Amino acid sequence: MIAYAVTFAFTCFGAALLMNFWKVATSKDLGDRILALDTMFINAIAVMVLYGLAIGTEMYFEAAMIIAMLGFISTVAYARFVLRGNIIE
Amino acid sequence: MSLFLIAALPFIGAVFPALLIRAGRNAASFSAGLTTLLAFVGLMINAPAVLRGETIHARLDWLPGLGLNANFFLDGLGLLFATLILGIGLLIILYARFYLSREDPMGQFYSYLLLFQGAMVGIVLSDNILLLLVFWELTSLSSFLLIGYWKHLPEGRQGARMALAVTGSGGLAMIGGMLILGNIVGSYDLTVILQNKELIQASPLYLPALILILLGCFTKSAQFPFHFWLPHAMAAPTPVSAYLHSATMVKAGLFLMARMWPVLSGTPEWFYIVATTGLVTMVVGAVIALFKDDLKALLAFSTVSHLGLITMLLGFGTKVAAVAAVFHIINHATFKAALFMSAGIVDHEAHTRDIKRLGGLRHLMPITFTIALIASLSMAGIPPLNGFLSKEMMLEAAFHTTWAGSHWVIPGLAVLAALFSAAYSFRFIVHVFLGPKRHDYPTHPHDPGAGMWIGPALLVVLVVMIGLFSSPVAGPMVSTAAQAVIGGELPYFKLKLWHGLTPALYMSIGAVAGGAILLMLHARLEAIWNALPRPEAKTIFDAIIGAATRLANSVTDALHNGSMTRYGAIFVVFVAALSSYAYATGTLGDPTRAVQAAGPLHLVAWACLVAATLGILALHHQRILALVLIGVVGLVVSLGFNYLSAPDLALTQISVEVVTIILMLLALNFMPKETPRESSGGRKLRDAVIAIVGGTGVGALIYALMTRDFLFPTISEFHLANSYKGGGGTNVVNVILVDFRGFDTFGEIIVLGIAAIVIYALTETILNSRVRARLLNRQPDMPQAGDAHPLMMVVATRVMMPIALMVGAYIFFRGHNLPGGGFIAGLVAAIALIMQYMASGFAWATERQRFYYHGIIGAGVLVAAATGIGAWFNDKPFLTSAFGYVHPPYLNEFELATAALFDLGVFLAVVGAVLLALESLARFAWQPGMSTEHAMDINPARDDAPETVNIENVKEV
Repeated sequence: MIAYAVTFAFTCFGAALLMNFWKVATSKDLGDRILALDTMFINAIAVMVLYGLAIGTEMYFEAAMIIAMLGFISTVAYARFVLRGNIIE
Repeated sequence: MSLFLIAALPFIGAVFPALLIRAGRNAASFSAGLTTLLAFVGLMINAPAVLRGETIHARLDWLPGLGLNANFFLDGLGLLFATLILGIGLLIILYARFYLSREDPMGQFYSYLLLFQGAMVGIVLSDNILLLLVFWELTSLSSFLLIGYWKHLPEGRQGARMALAVTGSGGLAMIGGMLILGNIVGSYDLTVILQNKELIQASPLYLPALILILLGCFTKSAQFPFHFWLPHAMAAPTPVSAYLHSATMVKAGLFLMARMWPVLSGTPEWFYIVATTGLVTMVVGAVIALFKDDLKALLAFSTVSHLGLITMLLGFGTKVAAVAAVFHIINHATFKAALFMSAGIVDHEAHTRDIKRLGGLRHLMPITFTIALIASLSMAGIPPLNGFLSKEMMLEAAFHTTWAGSHWVIPGLAVLAALFSAAYSFRFIVHVFLGPKRHDYPTHPHDPGAGMWIGPALLVVLVVMIGLFSSPVAGPMVSTAAQAVIGGELPYFKLKLWHGLTPALYMSIGAVAGGAILLMLHARLEAIWNALPRPEAKTIFDAIIGAATRLANSVTDALHNGSMTRYGAIFVVFVAALSSYAYATGTLGDPTRAVQAAGPLHLVAWACLVAATLGILALHHQRILALVLIGVVGLVVSLGFNYLSAPDLALTQISVEVVTIILMLLALNFMPKETPRESSGGRKLRDAVIAIVGGTGVGALIYALMTRDFLFPTISEFHLANSYKGGGGTNVVNVILVDFRGFDTFGEIIVLGIAAIVIYALTETILNSRVRARLLNRQPDMPQAGDAHPLMMVVATRVMMPIALMVGAYIFFRGHNLPGGGFIAGLVAAIALIMQYMASGFAWATERQRFYYHGIIGAGVLVAAATGIGAWFNDKPFLTSAFGYVHPPYLNEFELATAALFDLGVFLAVVGAVLLALESLARFAWQPGMSTEHAMDINPARDDAPETVNIENVKEV
C-alpha cells in the first residue's frame, strides 16, 4: 500500500515542481517568481522525505529539515531586496 | 656547545631586540650582544678540537625523502668564517649602539642584524647544500631589510632592491647548479660531495653546474660585471656596510668557492672563469675606487677590488694560492671593517663623507686618525701590517701563473691593481686626515665616545698583531682553514714579513711607489677620468629591469585583464586542448556498467535544471531574475546530491546556497539592476562555441566515468575501510575532513579566515576613502516600502534563532558518525545570526555583538591548532586524532574524539568568516538616520509606538 501512496505522492509533487518552475520562469511579477521559488523549496522537502520513505532510510531527514528552516531565509532576503533594496539596514 | 644551538642562537636572539626596545635602546643592544656573545663562546668551545684537525658533525634528518637534512659540520673553513661573522658581529653591535640616532628604530635594526647573522652562520656551518641554499636566500632577504633600513631614503630603497635583484637572481642560478651537483653525486650532503672530485669533473654536466654555482658566488661577492650593486648598497647605515659589505655577506660567495674548491677547481674551465673574473674585478674596482669622492663609495669599490683579488687566488687552483686567499680573507675583514667604521665615525661627526669637503682631520680626531691610518696602510700593503703579508703572497702566486700562454698578463695586471690600491689607500689618509685644518664643516668634528672607536681599535690591534707576529697569531687558523679548503696536504708556506729579495717584493715596492705618484697626479687624472665616457651601471640595470617589467606586464595583462569571460575562455580552451590530446593518445576501455533508466521524477528534476540554466542564459541581463533562477539550480543540485547518496554535500549545498544569495543581494544593492549589452554577434558566437565545447567535454567525461569501473583501486576504498577503525567515525566524509585530510582542512580554515579578513580590510579602505561621501549620500534606485524592520520578521527570526542554533549544535555533534559536521553547523549558526541582522538592522545587531568576528576566526584556528598539537604530547604526529567510548550512568554509550575538538575549530572559523564577510559588505549600505534604538519600527508593546517610526526612512512609494 505504502508503495502506491508514495508513487502517487511522487507524481503529485513532481507535477507541482514543474508547475512551480513554470511560474518561476514565466511570471510577469518578480514577487510571483520569488513565491514560486519558495514553493519549489517546500515541494522539494516533500520529495526528499518521500524518497526517504520509499527506500526506508532516515538519512534525508536533516537535509529536508535544513531546507525547511533555511529555505525561507533566502525568500525573506529576496523579499527585502524587492521592498527595500537593502537587505541589512 | 651543539652546532644546532650555535646556528639557532642568532635567530632566537632576533626576537629580543624587537621586544626589549620598549625597555630602552641599551636593553635592545645588550640582548643582541648577549646572544651573539653566547654563540661566539659556543663556537670557541669547539675551536680547540677543530684546530687539532677534527671535524665536528651534528646531524638531523629533516626531509630525508628530498635529501634535505639539517646537517651541520664545523671544520677549519667554517670555524674561520663563523669566527669572523660572530666576532665582527659583536663589534658591530657595540658600534651600532652609538652610531644610530634616537630617531632610528633600533630594535628593528638589531633584529634584522641578528637574522642576517644567523643566516650567515647557517651558510658556513651547513653540511647539506639544500640547507645551505635556504640560508643563502635568507642572507639575501635579511640584507635587503638591512640595506633598506632607512626607509625614508630613496637611495636606500633602490639600493636594497638592486642588491636583492642581483643577489637573488644569482641565488636562483645557484639553486640550479646545486641541484645538478647533488644529482651527479647522488647526495646533497657536502661531506659526500667533497669526496667525489673525479665523478663531478668527469660528468658532462660539470660545466653547467660550475657556471650556475659561480653565478651565485659572483653576484653575492660583487664580481665584475655584477659588482655594481655593492656601491649602491652603501646607502645603508655604516654598521651594515661594515658588517655585510666588508666582513660577511660579500664573503659568502668566496666562502662557497673555497668550500667547493676541492671538487670544482683544478680544471681549465675553473681557472679561466674564476681567475679571469677575479683579475678583471680586482683591476676595475681599484681604478674606480681612486676616483670616488664619497668615502663609503671609495671603500665599496676597494672592497670589490679585494674580493676580486681573493677570487683570483682561488681561481688559480694551486694550493699556495688557496692559502694566500684564506689569509687575505682574514686580513681584509680586519682592516676593511675598521676602515668602514672609521668612515662612519667621520660621517657621524663631520656630517659629510665627501672627500672634497674633508681634510685636516688629524688635529680634530686623533684617535680616529690613528685607526684609519693603520688600517689604510695595511690596505695599501705597507709592512709590517697584515695587508702587506697577504699581498706579497698574492703577488708571488701571480708571478708564477701564466694566462693563455702569457707570463705577463696576470703579474702585470696584479701590479697595476696593487698600484691603484696603494693610491686610493693613501688618498683615504691624505685627503681626509692630512692637509691644513679646515673650519667649513657642517658641524665641528671631534673624536666620538669610546663606544664607537673601541670596535675599530680592536680590529686595528689585530691588523698590527697579525702583521708582526703572523705565525703565532694567525698561523693555526690559516693552516686549519686552508687545509679544509684544499682538502689534502698543506703546501709549504711560511707566514712572515721577510722572504728575501723576491720578485714579489720588487712588485710590491713598485706598486707602493707608483701609488704615491698616482696620488700626486690625482687632480689631473681626475679631470681626464671625468672627461671619459663611462657606462653607468645603474642606468643599464634600470633599463634591464624596466624591460623585464614591461615584458612581465604585457604577458600578465594579456592573460589577466580583469575580464572574467577571458579567464573562462582561456581556461576552457586550454583544458579542452589538453583533454583532446589525452583522448587522442590514451586508450578508453569499453563501458562496464549498464545505464540506468530515468524515472519520471528524474526527468522533472532534469527538466527544471536544464530549463533554469537556459533561462539564466536568456535572462542574465536582468540580474535579480538570474539570481532567482540560480536558486532553482541550487535546489535541484542539492536534490541530486541527496539522491546520489551524498547527504553531506546536500546539506552543505543548501546552506552555502542561502549564504550566497544573501551575499549576492547585498552586492546587487549597489549595482545596476541590468547588465549592459556589450558583446557583438561574432563575440557571442565565439563564446558560445567555447562554452559548448567545454560543457560537452565535461559531460562526456562524466558519462565515460560513470559507465565504467576504475581499473585500479581508488582511495575511497581505503577511506571506507579505515574510517571507523582508524578515525572512530562512521561518516566517512567527516572523518576525511577532520582526520585523514585534517591538515588540508586546517589550511583551508586559515585561508577562509584570511579571505574574510581581507574583505574586512578592503571594506575599511573603501569606507575611509572618498567613496564614503558618495555612499552616505546615495539615493535608492528603486522606491522603498515603508517598514525597514517589520514586526512580523523580527518576531519570526527571534523565534527561529534558538531553533536554528539547536539544529546547528545537533548537526555538529552527529557529524562524526552521520551527515553533518563543523562546516555545515557553522553555516547554519551564521545564517541564524544573519537573520537577526536582516530583521532588526545592522546597527542594532552590531550593538549586541559581544565578540569580534576576527577573534572568533582566530579562536577557531587556535582551537584546531591546539588540538593538532595535543597529539605531540602523546608522541604522535601533528593532528593525529584519538577517540574513546564512555558510559556515563543513566546515559547511552557515546564517543569522545579529539576530532570533534578540531571540528569545533572549523565551526568557529566558519561562523567568524561568514559573518565578518557579510557584515563587511553590509556596512557599505549604512547611512545616517538609520534607527539603532529599537529592534522593530512599530512595536505595539511600546507606549510611544506611533511616534518613534523613523520618518526619514519612510519614503513615498
